Amino acid sequence: MIETENLTKIFKIKKGVDIPAVVDLTLNVQEGEVFGFLGPNGAGKTTTIRMLTSLIAPTTGTARVCGYPLGESDQDIRRNVGILTENPGMYERLSAFKNLTIYAKLYDVEDVEGQVRKYLQMLGLWERRDDPVGSFSKGMRQKLAICRALLHEPRLLFLDEPTSGLDPEAALLVRSFIEELRSQGRTIFMCTHNLNEADRLCDRIGLFRTHLIEVDTSQNLRVKFFGRKIVIHLRTVDPAWLPQLQALPSVQDISQVESKLVITTEDPENLNPQIIRTLVTAGADVQFVGELRHSLEEIYMQTMGENQPEVTEP
Amino acid sequence: MKHIWTIIDKEWAEVFQHKMVLFTLIFIPLFLVALPVLMLFLTGQSMGGEIAGDFSELPPALLSFCAAEMTPGDCMQVYLINMFMLLFMMIPVIIPVTIAAYSVVGEKTTRSLEPLLATPISTFELLAGKSLAAAIPAILAGWISFGLFLIALPLIGVSAPVMRYIISPTWLLAVLVAGPLMAIAAVNFSLFVSSRVNDPRVAEQISVLLIVPVLAALFAQLAGVIVINLLVMFSFIGGLALVDIGLIYLGVSIFQRETILTRWK
Ligand SMILES: Nc1ncnc2c1ncn2[C@@H]1O[C@H](COP(=O)(O)OP(=O)(O)OP(=O)(O)O)[C@@H](O)[C@H]1O
Ligand SMILES: [Mg+2]
Repeated sequence: MIETENLTKIFKIKKGVDIPAVVDLTLNVQEGEVFGFLGPNGAGKTTTIRMLTSLIAPTTGTARVCGYPLGESDQDIRRNVGILTENPGMYERLSAFKNLTIYAKLYDVEDVEGQVRKYLQMLGLWERRDDPVGSFSKGMRQKLAICRALLHEPRLLFLDEPTSGLDPEAALLVRSFIEELRSQGRTIFMCTHNLNEADRLCDRIGLFRTHLIEVDTSQNLRVKFFGRKIVIHLRTVDPAWLPQLQALPSVQDISQVESKLVITTEDPENLNPQIIRTLVTAGADVQFVGELRHSLEEIYMQTMGENQPEVTEP
Repeated sequence: MKHIWTIIDKEWAEVFQHKMVLFTLIFIPLFLVALPVLMLFLTGQSMGGEIAGDFSELPPALLSFCAAEMTPGDCMQVYLINMFMLLFMMIPVIIPVTIAAYSVVGEKTTRSLEPLLATPISTFELLAGKSLAAAIPAILAGWISFGLFLIALPLIGVSAPVMRYIISPTWLLAVLVAGPLMAIAAVNFSLFVSSRVNDPRVAEQISVLLIVPVLAALFAQLAGVIVINLLVMFSFIGGLALVDIGLIYLGVSIFQRETILTRWK
């Protein structure tokens, strides 16, 4: 659905001062995939979306979006993708209905009224359809912008921070809506700062700061960064047990936190029974055993910490 | 092409909600019609018979306007009317400038340009829609004002020869051809200005500078430097047409999607 090769955008603000916003982005997003694009403020996420929706031209590099080459079939790309921009950017003086009608016409939607009604109802804005958007709350505008992105039933959707500024309930509604879109087989490329959301919704995650740092499923990223860890809660810990456990094959690391043991291994399915047997034989009272899940946030912090923004003074 | 109409519809729905725009659209034409009508009425009264029959008191420049069947009073009125022609030509400059200033700068302040440019509308359609949305009301306002002027004149007792003079080729060209051409120039100029400033009032003020040449012509005529006749009108229209073509060419070649997005923000 999206294939990019060495996509690069360098903004020239004035002579001699270049801002590299996106450098050598090579990425492949499959049809039907929900791809999360994560990175700090100023990482170049919005710039990437703008390039892929052919709003701005890349400085170098190539891309195909929905099978169309960027820079050659831009109108086809625009026709086939939906975009939720960073700012909803609605016409404040016009009603919600009028706003969407204008866009439905610009996207050459056949049944303008039907589509507008469908999405206004779906996102719970139908009752407010005749009110000027200027009177809408931030969350309502965001929902309206989501409607707008979907009017022409695009196969590929770009969502720039879909839940930013929404209250937990509205955010939940938007998230379940995104899940619904996924179940319809649409491809979604989303930027977000909400890492739990990315973890829950996205099939794969790209960690990005000007350069693409890592791309994988969040599970694989966990293993890659932290290995797999199990936690064993004991009534008390006798330090003498540790060497015995260390001697077991495939135990990579053991640490003790109060009365808990945290054991790193590649193969917990086979190792856990051995560990428990060893501990019980040694006289330990095992209370709970579980896998330690690092949050995506920890991975994010680790990657972004290592990749402080480069200072590029020409 | 139907995208152009969608844009025009959107612009009108939005821009006519600005009080400033409505005020300009209604008040300026009314004022520019009322002013000449009032002055013609007053001169018609005061010249009741005093200088009737005495052509020698009129300045030579004025005489050139007089047709054989006109009285000196008629002659004086024709002279005045010629001045007002230039006022009428200001209508299609002032109105589109106001509309274009609000429509473009409005897009900037609400950041609505990005989702708009993400749709499959072409840059040409977008610019054409915006230009027409500003130019059409201006051209109509110019024509309607002229219509009102024509209706008002007989009511205040303007004579038949003077009326014939007003429906002469020079006047008709001014209103029907030069007016729209000026509107197009004004629209393109203000689209250009609006893309570089962030406050609609500033955009308006800069764009209204376009009136300066019209005012200059007005004063030149008052001072007797030029006399607007058919030849002057044709050259003026020719010049305007060139300016329009130049401005449109410049607009279309400068405004690429990326420029619109990054400049209009
Ligand atoms: N039109 C522009 N002109 C010059 N520089 C720009 C422009 N747009 C973006 N940049 C620069 O490009 C870099 C990336 O910006 P971008 O908006 O893509 O970041 P982002 O990842 O979306 O950030 P955020 O999380 O804050 O939305 C920033 O350094 C920004 O200053
Ligand atoms: Mg952004």
